[in-house]
Amino acid sequence: MQNFDLWSLSLVVFLPTVFAILIAVTPKAQEGAVRFLALIGSGAAMVISLIVLARFQFDHSRSMQFIVDKTWIKTIGARFHMSLDGISLPLLVMTTVIVFLCVVYSQRIIPPPGKPKGFFALILLLSTGMSGTFVALDLVLFFIFWELVLVPMYFLIAIWGSERKEYSAIKFFLYTLTGSVFMLLGFLALYFRSVDPVTGGHTFDMARLAGQHFGGLPFQNLVFLGLFLGFAIKVPMWPFHTWLPDAHGNAPTVGSVLLASIMLKMGTYAFIRIALPILPQAAKIWAPYIGGLATIAILWGALCSLAQKDIKRLIAFSSVGHMGFVMLGISTLTATGINAAVFGMVAHGVITGMLFFLAGSIYDRYHTRQIDEIGPGMMQALPYMGGILAFSAIASLGLPGLAGFWGEVLALLSAFKPAAGLSTSLFRTYMVLGAVGTILTAGYFLWLLQRLNLGRVPERWEGKNFADVRPVEYLAWAPLMISIVALGVYPGAVTNLTDGAVSALTKLFT
Amino acid sequence: MTEHAYLIPILPLAAFFLIIAFGKRLPLKGPEIGIVAVSISFIMSVGIIAKFVGAHGAEHAREISTRWFPFGSGAHLQIGMKIDGLTAVMFIVVTTVSLLVQIYSIGYMKGEVRYTWFFAALSLFTGSMLTLVIANNLLMMLIGWELVGICSYLLIGHYWEEKANSNAAIKAFITTKTGDVPFLIGIFVLFAGTHTFNINAIYHKVAVGDVSHATLTAAAILLFGGAIGKSGQFPLHVWLPDAMAGPTPVSALIHAATMVTAGVFLVARLFPVFAASPEALNEVALIGAFTMLFAALIAMVQDDIKRVLAYSTVSQLAYMMAALGVGAREAAVFHLFTHAFFKALLFLGAGSVIHAAHSNSMRDMGGLRKLMPTTYATFLIATLALSGIPPFAGFWSKDEILTEAFRAGQHGPTHIVGYIVYVFGAITAFLTAFYMMRAFQMTFMGKYRGEAHPHESPRVMTGPLVILGALSVVAGFVGIPGLKSGFGSWLALGEHEVESANYLLIVVSVLLAGGGLVLGSRVYRTYAEVDPLERLGWFHKVLVNKFYIDEFYMAAIVRPIRDRVSRATLWINQNVLDGAVNGAAAVAKISGDGLYDQLDQKVVDGAINGIGITARATGGVLKYLQSGDVQKYAAYLFAGIVILAVLFTRFA
Repeated sequence: MQNFDLWSLSLVVFLPTVFAILIAVTPKAQEGAVRFLALIGSGAAMVISLIVLARFQFDHSRSMQFIVDKTWIKTIGARFHMSLDGISLPLLVMTTVIVFLCVVYSQRIIPPPGKPKGFFALILLLSTGMSGTFVALDLVLFFIFWELVLVPMYFLIAIWGSERKEYSAIKFFLYTLTGSVFMLLGFLALYFRSVDPVTGGHTFDMARLAGQHFGGLPFQNLVFLGLFLGFAIKVPMWPFHTWLPDAHGNAPTVGSVLLASIMLKMGTYAFIRIALPILPQAAKIWAPYIGGLATIAILWGALCSLAQKDIKRLIAFSSVGHMGFVMLGISTLTATGINAAVFGMVAHGVITGMLFFLAGSIYDRYHTRQIDEIGPGMMQALPYMGGILAFSAIASLGLPGLAGFWGEVLALLSAFKPAAGLSTSLFRTYMVLGAVGTILTAGYFLWLLQRLNLGRVPERWEGKNFADVRPVEYLAWAPLMISIVALGVYPGAVTNLTDGAVSALTKLFT
Repeated sequence: MTEHAYLIPILPLAAFFLIIAFGKRLPLKGPEIGIVAVSISFIMSVGIIAKFVGAHGAEHAREISTRWFPFGSGAHLQIGMKIDGLTAVMFIVVTTVSLLVQIYSIGYMKGEVRYTWFFAALSLFTGSMLTLVIANNLLMMLIGWELVGICSYLLIGHYWEEKANSNAAIKAFITTKTGDVPFLIGIFVLFAGTHTFNINAIYHKVAVGDVSHATLTAAAILLFGGAIGKSGQFPLHVWLPDAMAGPTPVSALIHAATMVTAGVFLVARLFPVFAASPEALNEVALIGAFTMLFAALIAMVQDDIKRVLAYSTVSQLAYMMAALGVGAREAAVFHLFTHAFFKALLFLGAGSVIHAAHSNSMRDMGGLRKLMPTTYATFLIATLALSGIPPFAGFWSKDEILTEAFRAGQHGPTHIVGYIVYVFGAITAFLTAFYMMRAFQMTFMGKYRGEAHPHESPRVMTGPLVILGALSVVAGFVGIPGLKSGFGSWLALGEHEVESANYLLIVVSVLLAGGGLVLGSRVYRTYAEVDPLERLGWFHKVLVNKFYIDEFYMAAIVRPIRDRVSRATLWINQNVLDGAVNGAAAVAKISGDGLYDQLDQKVVDGAINGIGITARATGGVLKYLQSGDVQKYAAYLFAGIVILAVLFTRFA
């Protein structure tokens, strides 16, 4: 099994790409083979990641495990260094599972113009980029994975999207790329200031960078700014979020799911994995501002959701608010806050993934995303679909017993008592405002349900016998719904993994 | 028995899932599962309370706790149960009422939409409330607390085809959620002060004086915010009357056992925290005193029988709150206990009447005495119990509250508050008897004014009425004043003092209640069309409109946020924030074009082409924003990186 431990992460990350290549060389006419290859590729990655989960040493969740660390680009000291700890692991598993579910869903449902070959190949490529981001420990490697996701997502939106798809795709691409530029700049600055304890040269290795003292605070602050811009656009934090509703609104269903469930987490993960441990002093200076932006995001996302008429854009804005809770947790620099953040990432992944699946399936039936055109009375026309939508919306508004609750409540708890040196009164203000945000969140979700689900079917939809939830939809959704309940009832499924690693990290801030 | 008490909430929770999974395939379509589950819970509750009856409760209290999950630096949240006299009493209240409501619903909901789902939701409601009650720590309590909230949303909005009903459901959830925000913060404050969520540990820290007075006051006042929301106290009472939109058995469950009692329970559960802060206690007392009178006044003019009862609930809960506020924890819980039975009875009786008359309005009723004898007799018992006529249950508990309030006026830390509660309580007692007699007269006496053909309800409905009727007679006997090991001693936190009866106050209470009944009876005996209270003129109008508080909230809070602030935010989002992005892109494009021509084509292009894979890949599709220039744009960006990186290493 030692071989497995050495190879497992590489397999999880690169198997999907291998299958993407296989799909690319499969003749176009063989659509069945294409679908099957996609299923096998994503399924294999998922199974391996689950074996990794099973073999993970929970008692040592703070230590890096499944290490692969090889010389890669010798001239610049970049290494092929991948590994995971308790923070990466839940995100990696979530990635492979949700990619697999997207592939399952797409077995039957691919939006126009069809073309399963390209569709599946891009999803698999995306999988490599996303899972790679969560296990890369070298900044160059990380950067490549980080950028790798842009291209497939760009094409997914631009080709399989709807309405303003080109605009949305380009906006997504360029906005994120702009952030990446600053991030890369930060990486380079770190590199040139670093001293590799082993070779004496410079290093891109995150673990080795973490122990460095980068001279003065001005340097740290400047680098943090670069990283912040790159990460914050990805999250996205207020006010850098405006690409999100467009990208989500016009992406194909599984594109929205992958974007919301996984890609947004790359930004929040990067804060925890890179910015905080490598630049702890700057993090403390930046934390109050990040917390402030996070709080604005919570309220802003909720208010914009309240005003939305388009269901996909509404869910997109709800993501802005939920990621606000995640960032609020991170900005407290406390163990509780960062546990809450990682939990919140996973919870948002499963819940919002579910919501975007539903929005897509509703669109497939009604061919509109306007809430007032679909509703009222969807519960009468599609009782099971409506019921699952109600369940998911209620999960998203943070009902205890379901996944959405813990990330929010623990983030608020952490804001009550932020790390030493941070202004308690300021963070308590954030906490109160964030808590008010939960009322607004409940408000717009219940209002959405009222307008969409409840009431009587209007005349325009009478006699249209829409198919209720189909088998392939059940297959893709059941694991998400089970996770929503399971994580709500037993949050330890995530926090048992994260707490060790998070507590080790936050020692820097006490 | 005690060590397996966790089954009491778990059984109804499991019933929820079982009913959803298998309910429709069963002969009764679901209720049997819920009824069996809650029956077992009920039997277990009886077994548990038996330990506390006639004994000094504190000696039998147990707490069992186990690790749940870590949430930071190895700190674990616990899951566990706290079984004491208060828990035992709440178990009895919740399981009894829930059991009877479920049986009753078999008849009441016959042929209604979503029949099976309705019973599933009742079980979830019951299980959530029992979770709240059994919780040994505040976060676990919060879970039950919020689950109760969502169940109320689901059940109040059961007939969601009508918009009014879903409006009421949303209102209930959002209003109580508004109270939950201070509640949550209060939990945090207490956690910061005591470093624990565990209730017993909090008791201990408070008792040994480990927590500052300021912390306790802040925590208690914030926690009380949650109680105000859930127990429908002013100013968050607005959801409770609208909650009538739900099927009547749901109203009975909400108003008697689950949901609204949660707020009173919370204050009783954390009483040591409140008791440590006279400021907080006074707030509780004054809110209670105000709300009881305020709601009783509104109840006098309602024509919808369920609304009369709803405002009556607000008013009676306020009695309990006021009792807590003057330090009479046992009296408050005693009233919660007796009130549960006769209020459930009143609602189920009202349901029986509505079922027969096909109307909620008492204007369409009258003369049902002969047509519905069982409903009539049991409703009369409940009316007398609620009015506080001896020997019915409500008399004993209400009298104890008034006595305690008076005593607090004489000996309490803030005399005036005790007297205020007493005076408000006495006036409210009079009004309560008046409006209940009004409702009774309008419904059962005189001539039938409606157009349906009312008849007595089936046995499955009248059976629960009779049982609740019996309980409404006898439930008060466990707390007769002077009784040595009576109700109060079951749930006392420390030494229980047996207070002797104050006969003068008893006489006053009975006279007030009797006076209210007689006046109500005289005024409404001849009721036909016009409500005699309309002679009150503008005041009547104000009461009918519930002091215009709903209108005020809609105009001052709900509509501005929902319709204006949200739209303005979205407008800024689209035109300012997003406008800046598009503007920046346009500027970049223009400057990029310039650079492209001058610098890029001549100097850097060769170097960049190698890196520009992504740029080339995207090149062809551009239409909207960049019209084909992404390659140039990306090239510009990469050129920028190189320049900045060079500068950085030079100067940094």
